[in-house]
Amino acid sequence: MRCLQVSNQDLEERIPSYEELEKLENEEAGDRPKWDNKAQYMLTIVGFCVGLGNVWRFPYLCQSHGGGAFMIPFLILLVLEGVPLLHLEFAIGQRLRKGSVGVWSAIHPYLTGIGIGSMCVSFLVSLYYNTIMAWVMWYFFNSFQETLPWSQCPVNANMTGLVSECERSSPVDYYWYRETLNTTPDIDNTGGLQWWMVLCHVSAWALLFICISRGIETTGKAVYITSTLPYAVLTIFLIRGLTLKGSLNGVKFLFTPDMNELMNPTTWLDAGAQVFYSFSLAFGGLLSFSSYNSVHNNCEQDAVIISIVNGATAVYAATVIYTIIGFRATEKFDDCISGNILTLLNTFDLPEGNVTENNYDQVLHSLNGTYPEVIQGLNLKTCDLNSFLSEGVEGTGLAFIVFTEAITKMPVSPVWSVLFFIMLFCLGLSSMFGNIEGVLVPLQDLGVFPKSWPKEAIAGTTCVLCCLVGLIFVQGSGNYWLSLFDSYGGSIPLLIIAFCEMVGVVYLYGIDRFNDDIEFMIGHKPNLFWQITWRFVSPAIMFVIFVFYFITKVQETPMYKAWNPESENFPTLEEKEYPSWIFAIIFILAGIPGLSVPLTAIYKCLRNRCCKKDNEFKQDDLNTIIYLIHLVILFKRI
Amino acid sequence: MLVRILVLLYLVGAPALAQTLCQPNASNGYRVRISIKTALGNQAYEWNENEMFLFQATMAFAMRRYYKTETYNVDNIIVCNQTRRVSFWFVVISPENPTMLIPKADVEKAVSALTTRLPCRPMSNSMSRHRINNAFLLTDRTLEFLGIHPTLAEPVNPDTPPWLIVFGVVIGAVFAGIIALLVSSLLQKRRKEKGMMEDGQDEEDRQMKGVENGINLDGIYNRGFTDDDRFTKL
Repeated sequence: MRCLQVSNQDLEERIPSYEELEKLENEEAGDRPKWDNKAQYMLTIVGFCVGLGNVWRFPYLCQSHGGGAFMIPFLILLVLEGVPLLHLEFAIGQRLRKGSVGVWSAIHPYLTGIGIGSMCVSFLVSLYYNTIMAWVMWYFFNSFQETLPWSQCPVNANMTGLVSECERSSPVDYYWYRETLNTTPDIDNTGGLQWWMVLCHVSAWALLFICISRGIETTGKAVYITSTLPYAVLTIFLIRGLTLKGSLNGVKFLFTPDMNELMNPTTWLDAGAQVFYSFSLAFGGLLSFSSYNSVHNNCEQDAVIISIVNGATAVYAATVIYTIIGFRATEKFDDCISGNILTLLNTFDLPEGNVTENNYDQVLHSLNGTYPEVIQGLNLKTCDLNSFLSEGVEGTGLAFIVFTEAITKMPVSPVWSVLFFIMLFCLGLSSMFGNIEGVLVPLQDLGVFPKSWPKEAIAGTTCVLCCLVGLIFVQGSGNYWLSLFDSYGGSIPLLIIAFCEMVGVVYLYGIDRFNDDIEFMIGHKPNLFWQITWRFVSPAIMFVIFVFYFITKVQETPMYKAWNPESENFPTLEEKEYPSWIFAIIFILAGIPGLSVPLTAIYKCLRNRCCKKDNEFKQDDLNTIIYLIHLVILFKRI
Repeated sequence: MLVRILVLLYLVGAPALAQTLCQPNASNGYRVRISIKTALGNQAYEWNENEMFLFQATMAFAMRRYYKTETYNVDNIIVCNQTRRVSFWFVVISPENPTMLIPKADVEKAVSALTTRLPCRPMSNSMSRHRINNAFLLTDRTLEFLGIHPTLAEPVNPDTPPWLIVFGVVIGAVFAGIIALLVSSLLQKRRKEKGMMEDGQDEEDRQMKGVENGINLDGIYNRGFTDDDRFTKL
């Protein structure tokens, strides 16, 4: 079959030549949008890369994989995996000056599938990511009260006591699972649409629409705020956090190195995955953004700077988060000890001040010696600072349960709450810009919308569509759907696409041509480091991570954690198995974007084969006709 | 004489009688537990007889507020079994009849001072409790009447939940922004069209002259191909 040959002789016809690029650059012709200045571009990319994952995934990984020791695999993989991939995407986007579908179909028509896969993943991620924004907005709206609603349990209907579900768990848990999400006990019960969440959902999409309605013209202005505000808020929280009692316990806990974790392959795997997802690679957004740059922009420098900024932000955010977590854990520990001390004082009628935190253990020991049965009957709680520090601290649990609880213990809580949720909103919104870019530009390239439609209409239609589909996530069971999409839609396909990107550029586009392009753009050829990482190291790392991820996901039975007030271990979340029809959904989420690469290639190949003969025929026909016309003209003259 | 003996007996016996009335786990008594150091930390005061006198006085005050007709005095509040924890038992005796104990339920009501006549407002339900706490700079948690649960504060239900107000502001701003955006893009489009129409007229005239059958006749006429050779030279 002719299409199996990796022939790329028509490549020059599909991509702009150097002369054309220079012309575009000098005359500023062409209708492609451009960045107003370099700062806008950098802020947009930083905003896209720095997202919620830096705040609520990285600190957890750091702390659970040996604290300071986690930095080692993280930094190594940042350099070997993150920076080369980033540089590749920047360079190829800047050179070919198209969105993801355009770039890959220009490199080779059979690779259009990569672009389509990127678009599908961006679409799936945009759907659920904006629901998280809706949750953040809900908490933000509710922060404008003197007593934060999640600081105390509501009173039950007969006013005899507190609501039972709240009493058994905690006010923050109750507020998150019941008053915000109104979760159902399992994914089969949809629970219906929660009207307050629908309002927040619509407002999140409306706000996003304003910011992206004219592409980078509007996004470029919005990022001045959305990309810089999180840093300001993090600094404020750092200063506030360091002045709170117990904050240094948290920081110590975070960074205390445990070198044994380096022997554990999961640490390296998690580090690699975190670097990869943190850089928002393979979404197509980075390609798009860098294609609006001028041709001679120094993309190598940009890649290095962005990587450093991303890594530094992750570490900085982790420090801030853990000062606050340290404060919360210390408060809980103090409360626990005080509760125990009070129980002892009350039972044995000892004067206050006899038992303090310092002599608690001694006194308990001596009392246990003399009155063991009484002590047993008291059911004193074991107070362990480390267990409080490692409580449920990743993902939405960190932001909406642990951190909100910590905020209620700080003086002037509403201010801190407002600041925190504005920060989360900005982090998420700037990432959404990149996600939506990865959806809109391929749609335009594929010609899905009529050319006469203005940008605002295209953006508006996409937002309305996503908003409607996203209503799945504001039902009662929405939280379970969201974690399903997150685990399967936003993980495996990206790894496949990134691997194909590297292979496509290095082996199909040609690494020599790519080197020449970069020399043309920035003035010097990429050095040995880039050559080795692009050709061997980064694809190998991607492949290894993909294989391990795939094997792990396929081997384990998919489970999810449900909030079920009827369960035995309430308030611990109940682990449940997914029902069988979920597997179809999982296949759609993970399979379609991943399989789009080979499927599109096969489709294009078949179409090429059956249409090629017709093309040749038509060409011959045309030649004959022209010849006949020439003959007629000649005869007429004679 | 008899009167004198009776008076003497009363003076000696009454406190003794009162003491027998007040006992730990008495059916009509309450245990009070006070945690001054927990509440006030460094500014804690010492619990002594004067503080106990204040307690008896505040309890009498609470009883007076509840039973509006009877006048209770400090003597009517009997305290016993004080411990170093600072906890003690107390009973209330009726001012008319020193041997009669006020039932537990009434004492509870007096302390909590639930009145149905007052409109429902936070704090008014436990006015007396609030006053008692304040006299000692303590709270419901640090001045405990074991067996009397602190009444729950009435939840304050505003007419519009505050979050809806903030939501309204934000969504209003967002929609105003959207409308402004659409209007500005429409205006831009119209301005562009107007500009293009004026330029377009000139363009059209120019084009009409030079274009025929799609071939531009702006080139130089090539004399090499004239019609001179139509008739062959014989």
